[in-house]
Amino acid sequence: MRNIWTIARREYDQYFISPIAYVVAVALLFILGGYFAFLLVYANQNFGFVPDVNVINDLFAFLLLLSIPALTMRVLADETRTGTIELLLTAPVRDFELVAGKWLGSFLFVLTLILVTGIYPLILRSQVTPGLDWKLMLSSYLGLILLSAAFVAIGVGLSAVFSNQVTAFITTIAVLITLWWLIGIPANVLPTGGEFFRYMQLNTHFANALNAGNLELSNLVYFFSLIAIGLFTGTVAIEVRRWK
Amino acid sequence: MIQVNGLIKDYGARRALNAISFNANQGEIVGFLGPNGAGKTTTMRILTGYMPPTEGEVTVAGYDVVEDSLEVRKRVGYLPETVPLYNDMSALDYLKFMADLRHVPDAEERAAEALESVNLGERANSFIGSFSKGMRQRVGLAQALLHRPEVIILDEPTIGLDPSQVVEIRELIRAIGKDRTVLFSTHILSEAQQICDRVLIINKGKIVAEDTPENLQARLTGAQRIILRVRGESDDLPAKIKKIKGVQDVEAKSDGSIEFEFASGQDSRPQVARAVVQEGYDLLEFRPVGMSLEEIFLELTRDTSSGKKSS
Repeated sequence: MRNIWTIARREYDQYFISPIAYVVAVALLFILGGYFAFLLVYANQNFGFVPDVNVINDLFAFLLLLSIPALTMRVLADETRTGTIELLLTAPVRDFELVAGKWLGSFLFVLTLILVTGIYPLILRSQVTPGLDWKLMLSSYLGLILLSAAFVAIGVGLSAVFSNQVTAFITTIAVLITLWWLIGIPANVLPTGGEFFRYMQLNTHFANALNAGNLELSNLVYFFSLIAIGLFTGTVAIEVRRWK
Repeated sequence: MIQVNGLIKDYGARRALNAISFNANQGEIVGFLGPNGAGKTTTMRILTGYMPPTEGEVTVAGYDVVEDSLEVRKRVGYLPETVPLYNDMSALDYLKFMADLRHVPDAEERAAEALESVNLGERANSFIGSFSKGMRQRVGLAQALLHRPEVIILDEPTIGLDPSQVVEIRELIRAIGKDRTVLFSTHILSEAQQICDRVLIINKGKIVAEDTPENLQARLTGAQRIILRVRGESDDLPAKIKKIKGVQDVEAKSDGSIEFEFASGQDSRPQVARAVVQEGYDLLEFRPVGMSLEEIFLELTRDTSSGKKSS
């Protein structure tokens, strides 16, 4: 546990000196802030329309899909490029601890970004009557947090597989888009067995569940499974690299 | 402290290490010599738990590198060939991170101490990215010593350093080697000669020689070779020297000097010197040709058949 924390802390600090992280953070918060402002203006002009947090978080989730791969691509790929991986792999740290630490550090950075947007509900609260649907808001944010934890795990896992950042980035984007949209297509096409594909689709668990205020155990299982698969992939990739 | 027995490492179809065996004891400085691609780095990576061996038994500080990899890694300090540093961290932060990772008590204090030991105390808060090659090398070394490991493995520790720094690092290695085990690779032979208690020469994945620098030199130059020079012409001299008992392999060099050998235990130098003077020649030079470690190294690593020499 201690090793995971040591690695996570360094990884987290690393984001605050990384230009890519700043670019991503600024772009993300700028788009999100603009959208939020637009929603407020629209709500004020059209009486009766009450914006909710989940409208913003729908966009937020998609922006995370695009930006998390850019954040995680360097996590382990860059260590391989610069040779510092040799330092980490000869330190008394288990391969899993290394991957989990990298994941935790990156996740905490994304969590920080999410916390910054916590200002939106506060502003909304002063704007709408009779007030916010707190249950929906909590569920929506929980969904966002789980979703980013899963995205980061997949990104870190694939960053361990590739020694090239760009390859890691493109592969992660491809996997995330597949989960977001592509994998759901058979559900609408196949006469039977569509359930499986519907379950595999991300928005079954985010847009149509947590971000709509419905929390089920199967949603949690889905996200935790993605996290586990991501970390497992990363650990195996590092072990394979040792044997190569 | 280090025991390697029949170590084999294959990279795909290529055999990088072919059944090498050696030991290194506590308080011993062992130099690892060999041309590029001989298997030095591979051996070191196996010893430090970076990669497992294909076959063979390797124990470091009493722990098997495969079974107890973590225990081995706790006890080893390692400076890889490409010094693994984070350019965007300060030297002190970097060492603190490594100290934390290695569960060193009083991490901050020990990190500062390690920096002092490599004369970088003044630059503790500078970013590693701004460091010169020599400074980077020293930060890497500080990292390897930070947790006071029993076994220290250094891959080309003096590469890229200026002469005064090289001397400093060698002093440091010698100091560390007093009570701990140091294995370091180098391709600078005089370096091995100066600081090593023992030298391992590796070529094409095999250890071709293993001994103290002095013995290695003595063994490979079992026959003493003498260079001799006289004033003026010396046409018939080689033939005359050849007749003296114990003398073999007389060779007249193009520069007018004469080289000859005598078998060990048959020192025929006095007879040769007397004969030269009696023949009426003015003896100008008479000295042994020592085979330097450089020559031994070239001799041993020239071709694969050279492996016989060490046996």
